[in-house]
Amino acid sequence: MKRGNGFFIAGLALTGLLAALILLGFFWTPYDPNAMAAGPKFDGPSLAHWMGTDNFGRDIFSRVLKGAGTTASIALATLAIGAVCGCLAGALTGYFGGPVDELLMRLNDALTAFPSILLALVVISILEPGKKRNVILALGLVFIPSFARVSRTAFASLREVNYIKSARLMGASSPRILAVHMLPNTAPVLLPALTIGFNNAVLAEASMSFLGIGVTPPDASLGYMLSEAQGMLFAAPWYAAGTGLVIVWMVFGVGLIGEGLRRRDREVL
Amino acid sequence: MSEELVLSLRHVDSGYHDGVGPFGRRERQEVLHDVTFDVRHGEILGLVGESGTGKSTLAKTILGMVKPDRGTVTHYTKRPQMIFQDPYSSLNPFYSVEWTLEEPLRVYGKYEKAERKRRVREMLERVELPGECLGAKPSELSGGQRQRVSIAAALIRRPKFLIADEPVSALDVTIQAQILDLLRSLRRELDLSYLFISHDLNVVYQLCDRVLVMKRGRIVEQGTVEEIFNHPKEAYTKQLLAAAE
Repeated sequence: MKRGNGFFIAGLALTGLLAALILLGFFWTPYDPNAMAAGPKFDGPSLAHWMGTDNFGRDIFSRVLKGAGTTASIALATLAIGAVCGCLAGALTGYFGGPVDELLMRLNDALTAFPSILLALVVISILEPGKKRNVILALGLVFIPSFARVSRTAFASLREVNYIKSARLMGASSPRILAVHMLPNTAPVLLPALTIGFNNAVLAEASMSFLGIGVTPPDASLGYMLSEAQGMLFAAPWYAAGTGLVIVWMVFGVGLIGEGLRRRDREVL
Repeated sequence: MSEELVLSLRHVDSGYHDGVGPFGRRERQEVLHDVTFDVRHGEILGLVGESGTGKSTLAKTILGMVKPDRGTVTHYTKRPQMIFQDPYSSLNPFYSVEWTLEEPLRVYGKYEKAERKRRVREMLERVELPGECLGAKPSELSGGQRQRVSIAAALIRRPKFLIADEPVSALDVTIQAQILDLLRSLRRELDLSYLFISHDLNVVYQLCDRVLVMKRGRIVEQGTVEEIFNHPKEAYTKQLLAAAE
């Protein structure tokens, strides 16, 4: 029944390889990512420097490994905040309904009307810009509404299903119904939403750091490096190419996993 | 058959919320009017009527899923249970049969794991399902098997009163007969009383002791199966019977 499909396997392979590289990057990189003159300045890709070097002679491959780690960990933390709070809000409003549901969902509509980057900008300027923790907090808050909406729909659609009525009749508590009886059956909707959310978080972090309101040195994220690379696009095009490639790799791999999950559930249904 | 009661309704008006206004305001749609009847201990009481007359609303009102506007619903037994028409949506697709049967006992929380497993196996035998079914997911079972699992799950905590809302309407005729036989023998073995909701008069005639006839939310006639089927008084009952010929 749960036949593996090409999308899922390809996505898993791409993401797994990248995850392994990122994990490796936490412990070991070919050169110190911040060491100046690890090689000659503006050196093109070679066996010694796979992605070349930048204007300070730093090894770009080492920097990309570290930067991908920063970006991925910010995206995961953002996702955790957004998904946990969003699903909780969505589950409660979807299951119980009533005036609170109406109120929260209209608030949700209002929040969704703003572009998410703009909202994150507002939040981060209220907090303190430039700190990794605040970037996560701002993005996490911005991601809550979309998860709330998706999970609300999923939970509300199960509310009147017979097996949920049976669960109520047998005396199961509301938290148990939500967590044990409903949550596993929302997975076909929520898991693809998680993969989309992860990708949006990667891109949002990259955009924010690119605009200079995200991560600041000595932390380097892919977005920050992309904005550095922009300044030397002609002197060191491999910098932008290498960094961009890893962003695309990350988003593409997780996107394939999401597509695979959607197709698998369509087959089961 | 004793005159002891398991359920009585007196002058019940009930309805449900229909439509949501712009500020969460809801309008009340009345479906049941002045419904009064008893379910006696050990009997199978049939409830017939066209679709849309409020049979399911009545079931929901009895089980407290819908609050009555007026009148009283009195239960003389604990934990009444219900089985549903559609055997495909009445079992949680994520879990195995064993989990589904064990869940009411887990929720109750009074039994050790070994005791729960013992009761699950015993109930599985009572509904005449093979032991291999325990590990199966609902999607691997036939409609009849699913309905047996639903019945087992409803009965595992030994309620004395069961509402069956069109429990065989979605099944083919041979399977229908088997499920009706099962319901009959379970009544004897477990000392049950049923409210059996159906639009199929043949099924009601085979199974029930007494019958309620419902039209547009009112009970228009009630009596024994003999009275209703052989000597109907109300024009509506005659019409229903003529349509079933």
